[in-house]
Amino acid sequence: MAEEKKIQRKMIKATGEMNRIMADYFYELNEAAKTGEKKIAWCTSVGPAELLRAMGFLVYFPENHGAMLGATRMSTDFIPEANAIGYSPDICSYLTSDVGAYIKGITPLSKAYKGIESVPKPDVLVFNTNQCRDVQDWFAWYANEFRVPLLGIHTHRGVGDVGESHVQSIAKQMQAMVPSLEEISGNKFDLDELKRVVKLSRQCSDLWKEVLDTAANVPAPLTFYDGTIHMGPAVVLRGTQQAVDYYKLLLAEMQERIANNDAAVEGERFRIYWEGMPVWGRLSTHSKMFAALKTNVLASTYCNSWIFTDFDPEDPFTSMAKAYTELFIVRSDKAKEKYIKDMLAFFKVDGIIYHDAKTCPNNSNCRYGMPQRLEKETGVPSLIINGDLNDLRLLSDEQTKTNVEAFIEQLEER
Amino acid sequence: MSLKKIYVGTDVGSSRTKVAILNANKDLIGYAVEKSGTDFSVTAQTCLKASLEMARVTSKDITKSISTGYGRKNVLFADETKTEIGCHAKGCYHFFPTSLTIIDIGGQDNKIVKIDEKGRRTGFKMNRKCAAGTGAFLEEMSARLDIPLEEMDGLAAQSQNMVKLGSFCTVFSATEVLENIRQGKKVTDIVKGVFFSVIKRVLEMDALTENVVMTGGVVAHNPYLVKMTEEIIGRKILVPLHPQLTGAVGAALYARENDG
Ligand code: SF4
Repeated sequence: MAEEKKIQRKMIKATGEMNRIMADYFYELNEAAKTGEKKIAWCTSVGPAELLRAMGFLVYFPENHGAMLGATRMSTDFIPEANAIGYSPDICSYLTSDVGAYIKGITPLSKAYKGIESVPKPDVLVFNTNQCRDVQDWFAWYANEFRVPLLGIHTHRGVGDVGESHVQSIAKQMQAMVPSLEEISGNKFDLDELKRVVKLSRQCSDLWKEVLDTAANVPAPLTFYDGTIHMGPAVVLRGTQQAVDYYKLLLAEMQERIANNDAAVEGERFRIYWEGMPVWGRLSTHSKMFAALKTNVLASTYCNSWIFTDFDPEDPFTSMAKAYTELFIVRSDKAKEKYIKDMLAFFKVDGIIYHDAKTCPNNSNCRYGMPQRLEKETGVPSLIINGDLNDLRLLSDEQTKTNVEAFIEQLEER
Repeated sequence: MSLKKIYVGTDVGSSRTKVAILNANKDLIGYAVEKSGTDFSVTAQTCLKASLEMARVTSKDITKSISTGYGRKNVLFADETKTEIGCHAKGCYHFFPTSLTIIDIGGQDNKIVKIDEKGRRTGFKMNRKCAAGTGAFLEEMSARLDIPLEEMDGLAAQSQNMVKLGSFCTVFSATEVLENIRQGKKVTDIVKGVFFSVIKRVLEMDALTENVVMTGGVVAHNPYLVKMTEEIIGRKILVPLHPQLTGAVGAALYARENDG
């Protein structure tokens, strides 16, 4: 019988440091929720975190919690709880697993961080619909549950070229939040503080981009699976010095790997671009499956989503508005296709895999002919796999495996 | 080269296990098909034994053996594995050496594979996680209609006035079937509607190129399904001699190929 090959991706040394700063982050939130000494804002993952931080809030991201529920494979137990109170199994499984876990009174934070018993109670909830409408409904449920204010930014969707009118409308909505945030936080808005935070966020973003861009090297020093784990600080700690320091460390390690010609996947034969959400409960399975095929899934739109090159500390509101609207997920298919095309060339990719995530149409870009158009234009072969970010009932491991193996066979025969 | 050299392809599908034995000239000299059952390793072994007997050779003559299909990792006598997508492409190109769209309808999944004029794969699709458009759908419907599976083909061919089933979902389709029975529709017309539903589900997976091949157990046992598909797409469909064995033959061809 054919033996399964045991190649695995190389472990990253900086992981210990990342775990430390993530632990500090969660313990600080936990402490604040208990003592009330600092106010807590819940924010969507590409929401105005900089403004919240500048107003003195500690910022918590439910989507990060959603990803933890997915990665720990707890989601599938909780989703039915949310379904039962009227949230369909067809909508965002971050939402349904997170709300379901809350109803059950369980959080993966307790397992990861001893002493933490629950998610940190918010003083305010702030969303931006730049990614989807689900976040608004998700936060609205908690606003009702905790009886705390809900603030939101409503972003235009399907944007082609981001114009002045888009940017101004979002900047105004951000500015309009300030009086409410002052009232809730008890702090006066300080423009210099916002500039300082935006500057740190920009540094974090630039470093994170540099880290991800190292994958353009052949062989690539990191994988998409590393990215999904190491993006933690870019999501939850952007705007802090800790995140900046962390990415300096990680970047140095990646540069060292390049200098030593160290491949993340030993014997890298094929280079794959991942378009769509990770299947959180299968990170390790997928990483091993590709490594065994000497294939590196090395870049993704997903990990790139926390790059905000437009941040400008000198013009914080306008530049935040621009950065949070320039995002891939906000854009038209035409703009998205151009972006992916550039990425395929930059990362010297052999094939692209689209993840059609059942409960997230917003991150599933294979439903309106994009793979076919891009394949025709670039000649880069594509594969679509059906799955989900969190709901493991929506995927077939066997089908994924056969599809991926057949795709690699196809690349071998080219 | 001795003609005694033989190459074994084993295709362990979710429903049936198929073994094909080729000689060095790539002639099919032995084969067997069995229900996959619950112990894939044992079924594969049983099929191998029957195929060897048919080919009048022994296991000592096996030069190389490759397995494929859902249970490909359970075949203890295989030297290597390949996916069923690759093996169907290889098998079909062997019989029809030109650019092709291959439609394989299996027991629990179906696939569309496209190859170019050199036999290289240019793309493929497998169905989603559902029974629509597969043999499992036909099995479910035969149970609902209380008709043996092997009689469905003959009944569909007699239909004068096909019933249309609209639903994607097997359960909803079953409800539609019951509704039609209640209305007194003819069984032949319902069965043809069931066939039509399978074809529709498959055809909506991908656009077809000029030359179309159909393979798989469902095609092997239901030639009328091929005829209906020809009517729908308006051209002749190629079917290999043993449509159910194409994957196993492809696996054996891979084995032959790797032997210089
Ligand atoms: S973008 Fe998708 S995964 Fe993220 S919150 Fe919205 S629906 Fe959920």
